Amino acid sequence: MSKTLNDKIDAAAETLLNRTSRGREDFETLVVVPIFAVIVALILGALIMLATNVDLATIGKSYVALAHGSVGSLSAISETLTAAIPLVLAGLGLALGFRAGLFNIGAEGQLLLGGMAAVVAGFMLDGLPWVVHLPIALLAGALVGALYASIAGWLKAATGAHEVISTIMLNLISFRLLDYFLRQPFIQKEGRADPISKSVPDSAELPRLLDWIDPNLRVHAGLFLMLAAVAFVYWILFRSKIGFAFRASGENLHAARYAGMHSSFIIIAAMATAGALAGLAGASQVLGVLDRATPGFSAGIGFDAIAVALMGRSHPLGVLLAGLLFGALEAGGRQMQVDAGVSIDLISIIQALIIVFIAAPLLVKAIFPWGFRSDSQAKGGAK
Amino acid sequence: MTFMKRVPTGGAIAVALFLVSTASASAFTACQVTDTGGIDDSSFNQTAWKGALDAKDELGIDARYLESQAESDYDANLNSLQGGECDVIVTVGFLMGDATKKAAEANPDQKYSIVDFAYDPTIPNVLGQVYATDEAAFLAGYLAAGMSKTGILGTFGGINIPPVTIFMDGFVAGTNYYNTQKGTNVTVLGWDPVAREGLFTNNFESLDDGRSFAQNLYDEGADIVLPVAGPVGLGSAALADELGTDALKIIGVDADQYLTDPEKKHVYLTSILKRMDSTVKAVIAAAKDGSFEGGLLVGTLANDGVGVAPYHDFENAVPAELKAELEAIRAGIINGSIKVTN
Repeated sequence: MSKTLNDKIDAAAETLLNRTSRGREDFETLVVVPIFAVIVALILGALIMLATNVDLATIGKSYVALAHGSVGSLSAISETLTAAIPLVLAGLGLALGFRAGLFNIGAEGQLLLGGMAAVVAGFMLDGLPWVVHLPIALLAGALVGALYASIAGWLKAATGAHEVISTIMLNLISFRLLDYFLRQPFIQKEGRADPISKSVPDSAELPRLLDWIDPNLRVHAGLFLMLAAVAFVYWILFRSKIGFAFRASGENLHAARYAGMHSSFIIIAAMATAGALAGLAGASQVLGVLDRATPGFSAGIGFDAIAVALMGRSHPLGVLLAGLLFGALEAGGRQMQVDAGVSIDLISIIQALIIVFIAAPLLVKAIFPWGFRSDSQAKGGAK
Repeated sequence: MTFMKRVPTGGAIAVALFLVSTASASAFTACQVTDTGGIDDSSFNQTAWKGALDAKDELGIDARYLESQAESDYDANLNSLQGGECDVIVTVGFLMGDATKKAAEANPDQKYSIVDFAYDPTIPNVLGQVYATDEAAFLAGYLAAGMSKTGILGTFGGINIPPVTIFMDGFVAGTNYYNTQKGTNVTVLGWDPVAREGLFTNNFESLDDGRSFAQNLYDEGADIVLPVAGPVGLGSAALADELGTDALKIIGVDADQYLTDPEKKHVYLTSILKRMDSTVKAVIAAAKDGSFEGGLLVGTLANDGVGVAPYHDFENAVPAELKAELEAIRAGIINGSIKVTN
């Protein structure tokens, strides 16, 4: 009697232990590694500045500007959020693809065409009330992004063409398609010879949230879209049947197939969902920030989003935090150049360093051994 | 919880670094937002920034800049310069026209000046700087037509916008003028001034594009090429460097690229100067002494706002007769007897 009770207690203790240690590992990969990666990247960034003959005072000033320009004032926070919105949206799509074992490089193309579609839906349907108009424009962006991504999904499902290659190629095609569309008379802005679209009417714009305080505050309602997307992707990945199928095929395609999952359908569905989110990112950018499309309107968000998804460990919350960090670096980087005269290129270097260190967690653990449980401890805990 | 963890890290860094930072206080600050292509493009952005640097040297002001890495940066960059630290904000480039207008209307007390954009109607706190670049390009077209051995010239632009195509218009008009004067048939590839269509790289960044566009024009027989795309033209210069200047010469734009691109200076027959440096400096000086007014500042041959650079290495290669004709045409353009439109 007492023996079985002891067994039960032992079993319960072990489960508890497993849970905590499991949580500890997650905590390390999701939070500790990225934080240390950021710190190392900032230190290395300072060393690079030193190497390029920037004096210590200027380096100090530039990092103060980085903090000040990203979180130091209302307008700084507004800029950080504005920059983070499309990064998080596209990053969520990529994270979902990564979970399904699809290394989708095509967010840039999906984002460009999605944004283009949102602009077209915006000015073509002028006159609708905003409750109808704005959702239609957003939906158009998501739909076109999804369709464009499905091409790569279909190619993989039907012919085995690797999605890395096909999405890169589709990106190149999308750049030219955008150039072409922007020159079509019904899209091109009146009186202009360069590729630039007509403007989106107010009824299709994502309204600015804080312009009643100061007209320079650019943060827009895409913020809610972003938060909703985080919740949506979390639900899809961890609470829905299709999300289980995504993750199962990502872990082991063959096992998933033997378990009766339709791999072709899963590949196309995962790509389409990823594309829809990238398309939404493009739509939020044109409807919330730029109010028209030009050839360079994405500014490489689709590529930065890959880094965001990787940094966020393909977890929706991680992507949100990583997107906010990248948004902060972008907004702060501008202030850094204004206040300290340090080139904005340095921000790209710091971002790249962060990715390098996140991609190599062992390197970070080697640099900061005291930040982590030792391997033997971790193993003991896991058993 | 995880988010909380992140914020104090940034805050701690900020506090730690604040201790070593020093705030610089200068009486007057001019701020500049560049277009894409970088501040060190040997051409467009660099020339405009030189104006601010000249003002810094001569007027003792503080000058800051912010690079636009993409078109989507314009609004954000203008926003970063808000907050009263800039006494005048100079935006460089036609493509920033909408963003500058928006910022100027939202901040009516802030002085703005924009290179390459003329607002109609004018905005009270914005001074536009525009240039009759076709007058100088006309001279370059005439010179190129006189120097070409193949009778074929080439040009291409960055983006099909007025401040770019005005170079190409003048270049074609100068070539046509040469043809009517001399009875020759020199043609210009890459720009049709009537249809308003031509060769465009659609960016102001890719040196690779500059190289391949010049290669295509060279393959079609052009032996002098005018790239109107800021740093993109450096790629064309690299090609001319490899082929040799007998096969291909380049005409620089904005700055005297013989001076700004010293490694390949020998490929530049001349450069079409757009003196953004002098107009930017003039604007900053006006803002400083209080005479700043919104409106329009036009650079012409007559007021040295545009011009043609010296021939440098080609000084001996250009025939004296051609030089004399160019001087006469220059005078003719200034007094209005020669029209530079096609």
